[in-house]
Amino acid sequence: MTIQRRTLLGATLAAPAVLPAGGAMAQARGPIRIAMAGPLTGANATFGAQMREGVTQAVTDLNAAGGVLGQQLAMETGDDACDPRQAVSVANQLAGRQVRVVVGHYCSGSSIPASKVYTEEGVLQISPASTNPRYTDEGSWNTFRTCGRDDQQGAVAGKYIAENYRGKRVAVLHDNSAYGKGLADETKKTMNAAGLTETIYAAYTPGERDYNAVVSRLKAANIDVIYLGGYHTEAGLIIRQAKEQGMNCTLIGGDALTTNEFWQISGAAGEGCMMTFPSDPRKRPQAAEVVARFKARNVDPEGFALYSYAAAQIWAAAAAKANTVDPRKVADAMKASGPWQTVLGPISFDRKGDITVPDFVFYVWKNGSYAEMS
Amino acid sequence: MAYALQQLINGVALGMIYGLIAVGYTMVYGIIGMINFAHGDIFMVGAFISLISFVLIAMGGWTAGPGAILLVLLVSMAVTALYGWSVERVAYRPLRGSFRLAPLISAIGMSIVLQNYVQVAQGARVKPIESLVTGSVELWHGNGFAVSISTMQAMIIVVTLLVLAIFTWLVTRTSLGRAMRACEQDRKMAGLLGIDTDRTISITFVIGAALASVAGTMYLLRYGVIDFYIGFLAGVKAFTAAVLGGIGSLPGAVLGGLLIGLIETFWSAYFSVQYKDVATFAILVITLIFMPTGLLGRAEVEKV
Repeated sequence: MTIQRRTLLGATLAAPAVLPAGGAMAQARGPIRIAMAGPLTGANATFGAQMREGVTQAVTDLNAAGGVLGQQLAMETGDDACDPRQAVSVANQLAGRQVRVVVGHYCSGSSIPASKVYTEEGVLQISPASTNPRYTDEGSWNTFRTCGRDDQQGAVAGKYIAENYRGKRVAVLHDNSAYGKGLADETKKTMNAAGLTETIYAAYTPGERDYNAVVSRLKAANIDVIYLGGYHTEAGLIIRQAKEQGMNCTLIGGDALTTNEFWQISGAAGEGCMMTFPSDPRKRPQAAEVVARFKARNVDPEGFALYSYAAAQIWAAAAAKANTVDPRKVADAMKASGPWQTVLGPISFDRKGDITVPDFVFYVWKNGSYAEMS
Repeated sequence: MAYALQQLINGVALGMIYGLIAVGYTMVYGIIGMINFAHGDIFMVGAFISLISFVLIAMGGWTAGPGAILLVLLVSMAVTALYGWSVERVAYRPLRGSFRLAPLISAIGMSIVLQNYVQVAQGARVKPIESLVTGSVELWHGNGFAVSISTMQAMIIVVTLLVLAIFTWLVTRTSLGRAMRACEQDRKMAGLLGIDTDRTISITFVIGAALASVAGTMYLLRYGVIDFYIGFLAGVKAFTAAVLGGIGSLPGAVLGGLLIGLIETFWSAYFSVQYKDVATFAILVITLIFMPTGLLGRAEVEKV
């Protein structure tokens, strides 16, 4: 009994002496921390999973190639559930864990408040999916994205609708989120400038299941085309309920519809629905080798996986170039040097941290899968 | 006119689901004077059990038809009722003699437990199901607008009315119902007269959960997508319905549910969709200012 107690006591006394030493070691030589932050739970969890797969693969590949500046990378994950408040607390947690770079978040509504925390704490942020212009427009040194912007995406959609549905009755709907409203407004702006005015412009409440009242309203206005700024769950329900009520209309949306979950929700009603998304990065020749590595793990790098992979890739290359992982210096290198060779092709950033060559094209849903529109 | 009629159908079908859930809130409040905040999550559990049963039946090779839906409805009612019973047994009965707030806090805890349990067991992603009941009937064609009622909407209305009729009969015409009403009026006296009050309260929870599971099955069939979080919003709406109709009153709960469904629908139909929840709750507040016990509630007589 006595011996046991003494050993215990000894161990307790010894522990504090060991810990600081270990801590200092980790600072100097330990792995460099890279984080993925996005919705791993909640309605948009499917996109968070895509992002996590992308970063996981990138970290594995970078480590296999000897790490960054001779140091291995360790991956952290943060779940914001697309909730702006949770995003801020996740951002604080990650900053507290000495993360150097965050690949994330997914929802623009999360990325924007989280970016404030990262700016203050000196963490680099590269979003593979947040398309709201405000994210980079606010002029922080640390915000980047590997995807396009809503004004670019909205311009493509608005132009297409104005050209192809001249004389038709168009409804523009949005969910009042930073992403949805931003996208809907940009589309509306381009469409109006091209001479087509929408019949209905309205917001719906996300998170509900019954949109029949809105749908009947569209039906009464004889709407031919719905442009929807919002996420796939509501888009799927709205088109399903529209077809149930006997409407014969087309739904056009943004990049958030690029998931198989959209079809699971909409069912056959999703046939012919369209969305803007960058041309499929999985099909580009420079991606073939990386895609094969994903497939070897039984993962299909759909949606945002390769955008997340590219984000980590660019950061690693910029860190090597700057010869440091100091976020501010890496950020400068990312903007100054380039183009960076990535799985998406060569990417350069402008002064704000946006990619210089966005490439939105139209995709269409057919028989439960989506393909680039010819 | 045709448009208004279409919106009326939409509103009634939505309101019926709210009403079914609201009955559970109101019954429990009536008998033990407590708001069962876990009731919305019992509804969610009911929806999940229906989903699992549908999948099992499909795996057994039974193509969906009226028989399959009826079977799922019964299985889901039975299993969900078991959940309702367990919740009462575990979280509320031990606190029966405690101060008033204790079971309320326990209910909120139970709600979190159920949500997280389903999230962990079933995953956080949405669970879709193919539409099993399809088709719709065109009722009337006026001013270039076709009024239609989908088979599913009709089914919701019919099933809800049927289930409510059965349970109204149970409460008003059977000895079990008499015991429930006796407990509601004076639990101590009922106990003295030989009614097993604990058992009666348990049965109340079982009935409430069974009704919520019917709502869950209908919800699943109607919208085709569920997740672990649906109980929250539906629960809040149904609770509002129960309060609007007069908490403690069975017809009040159904009336409240219908009203909430209709207010939401008609507000979305004619005014700004964004403000529909504001409108719903504004009407609730105004009603409660002028009728503090709700539309059909009776003022509680405090006996001295």
